[in-house]
Amino acid sequence: MIDPVRDPVRFIDERTSAAPLIKKAMRYLFPDHWSFLLGEVVLYSFIVLIATGIYLTLFFVPSTAHTIYHGPYKPLDGQTVSDAYKSAVNLSFSVKAGLLMRQTHHWAADVFIAAMAMHLMRVFFTGAFRKPRELIWLIGLLLLFTSLLEGYLGYSLVDDLLSGMGLAIGYGVGLSIPVIGGPMTLAIFGAPFPGKPEFWSRMFITHVLLIPLLLAVLIGLHLSLVAARHHTQFKESARHTERRVVGLPTFPAQTPRSIALLLFTAAVLFLLGGLIQINPIWQWGPFEPWLATNGAQPDWYLGWLIGALRLMPSFDVTVGHFTLVPNPFWGGVLFPLFVLAVLAAFPWVERRLTGDRRVHNLADRPRNAPNRTAFGVAFLSWVFLIFVFGAADRIFVLWGLSYDTQLFMFRIGIWVVPLVLFFVVRRVCRELRAADLLEEDQERAERAVAQREGAVRAGT
Amino acid sequence: MTCRGWIKFRSVAALTVVVALGTAAIAAAQPQSGIVRPTYEPPKPSLKLGEQLYAGNCSTCHGIAGAGITRGRLGAGHVLGEGPPLRNVGAQGADFYLRMGFMPLRNIYSQPGPQRTRVLFTNKEIESMVMYVASLGHGPGIPHPDPAKGNLSTGLQLFTDHCAGCHQVLARGGFVTGALVPPLQTLTDRQIAQAVRIGPYLMPRFSPKQISNAQLDSIIKYVQWTNRPDNRGGWGIGNVGPIPEGLVAWWIAAPLLLIACALIGRRFKRS
Repeated sequence: MIDPVRDPVRFIDERTSAAPLIKKAMRYLFPDHWSFLLGEVVLYSFIVLIATGIYLTLFFVPSTAHTIYHGPYKPLDGQTVSDAYKSAVNLSFSVKAGLLMRQTHHWAADVFIAAMAMHLMRVFFTGAFRKPRELIWLIGLLLLFTSLLEGYLGYSLVDDLLSGMGLAIGYGVGLSIPVIGGPMTLAIFGAPFPGKPEFWSRMFITHVLLIPLLLAVLIGLHLSLVAARHHTQFKESARHTERRVVGLPTFPAQTPRSIALLLFTAAVLFLLGGLIQINPIWQWGPFEPWLATNGAQPDWYLGWLIGALRLMPSFDVTVGHFTLVPNPFWGGVLFPLFVLAVLAAFPWVERRLTGDRRVHNLADRPRNAPNRTAFGVAFLSWVFLIFVFGAADRIFVLWGLSYDTQLFMFRIGIWVVPLVLFFVVRRVCRELRAADLLEEDQERAERAVAQREGAVRAGT
Repeated sequence: MTCRGWIKFRSVAALTVVVALGTAAIAAAQPQSGIVRPTYEPPKPSLKLGEQLYAGNCSTCHGIAGAGITRGRLGAGHVLGEGPPLRNVGAQGADFYLRMGFMPLRNIYSQPGPQRTRVLFTNKEIESMVMYVASLGHGPGIPHPDPAKGNLSTGLQLFTDHCAGCHQVLARGGFVTGALVPPLQTLTDRQIAQAVRIGPYLMPRFSPKQISNAQLDSIIKYVQWTNRPDNRGGWGIGNVGPIPEGLVAWWIAAPLLLIACALIGRRFKRS
């Protein structure tokens, strides 16, 4: 008689001796607080990105060779376009589920990075980056910034009007890097903008293979290190200590929760992909270097760079007739590198400032670290305001607040608002903590009174 | 910034001073709009009515018989009048500015440039004034485009070449240094043709050598098509690109996923 469960398990175990490992994995403990699920949303968006992306590569032609479009979309009929653009339009019009996949892919990219940003905030505001998890934090930052580049490449590959304008800005920002910018950007593009045809092959292989591979490796490393050090947890009860991990085992508790979240994430992304239009490239039309459209914008996750480019006062660093640092460098290169550097250095800076060098497995509630929380909110608001200014032209069109007025307001506001928020948030945190302590005192006193009364009653 | 030349007209609530120029009209002050009308208006559009309306409402800035006023001088309601000559703008220009509600200016300080606000004259009055302005010189007449003869694909191509840089590729409008660029969805065929030929405010004017009448038909066909673009991807969220897309990601997708996390996970509770 063959046992359908035991026999295959024994077969595998006898040949791999994997049972102890699997047992360990199944008993691995997961946190059950909701905010710890944000990282999973990132992972599941990534899975949707890979799945839809593979489907797209089956039909996309990464070539700038010119061809004539004839097809169901009348406003383009008879126009000279690139193979890349034509294949992307055909993908949207003629391939089965092509448009659904393309839109879901794009929504997944937007949500992937949004979820990353939320995950980053959770980790930051709970102090989960502290020793012994600094490496996890650094790899996470690397993941975020690599994803920004990956998203930009995807946006650029399609060769529609928006992607061409995006590349032109990228080219300009690349050239602005002091000394090495010129040769480096020309090496990447192969020739002055719009570059050689090979540039398309380079973007394509980077977008569909190199960076996804890098992201997968980094995600693997990120998760392995999380597993090695375990999750952090809030001090919710006496059971939650620095030395004891409290949580739900992989099986049977966490597995259904994770599967549910995976399915829910995929459902949201595919619903968006099916119901809400994203990047209608057929409407934008093909790109040529002399064409432009008003109101062109990058995807949201690069909006902060556009904002910085627009907000930066106009000045270059020149030596005689030689421009050492052209203006786009400040907003397009230095600003994101500065944000990255601040975030990357933060664990060590905080350690230096607080003198706290201990290992931390308990996560802070944001109110319990007023200075960190206040700094985080201030820094976030600084980046956020610069991000908002990236949409100043739309704000003007919608609400009539003139561009110059906004420029003036934001150039002051990006410094004043974070400063004010710093002190407000710090105060709020301190008050909340004081209230918590008061409440604890009260409870302790009430318990003592209750005990005494009980003793009295027992005595009579 | 200032826009030289246009300036200096006010919707004057207390306008009692009647401007008497040429064969001046006796006008009744109409406080709401500040428009000066002759006491008797003929039932049909006429050159004479146009002349009277011009004298009462336009000449403070545009001068006697469309001569223009280059150096500001006080006119009706003590408004410092200053405005471009209208001798050779023809029926096209008068029809465009009056029918679109650019003129009369809502506010002499209206910046940047004259705004499309409200039409203060009746159809008959506008036709009369157009007749009058046309009679002042040798300007172009009102164009009569025929977009049915145009080609949609040529239209998109030409629109991207000449117009999208300011008007956005789906004619949703936008911003250029010094001006707000209007969306074009509400315009009539004739108004689009007039705008192309006139070049209001910062917009360049395109002669028939640059954009032929046949090409103009294609452009108009495309612009009218943008009223109902092919949103086969679903809800078009305004057809202006990534800004609304980012809003959807953060205000629809992110809350849904946060709710899912909150339902699946547990909330903080000290025990």
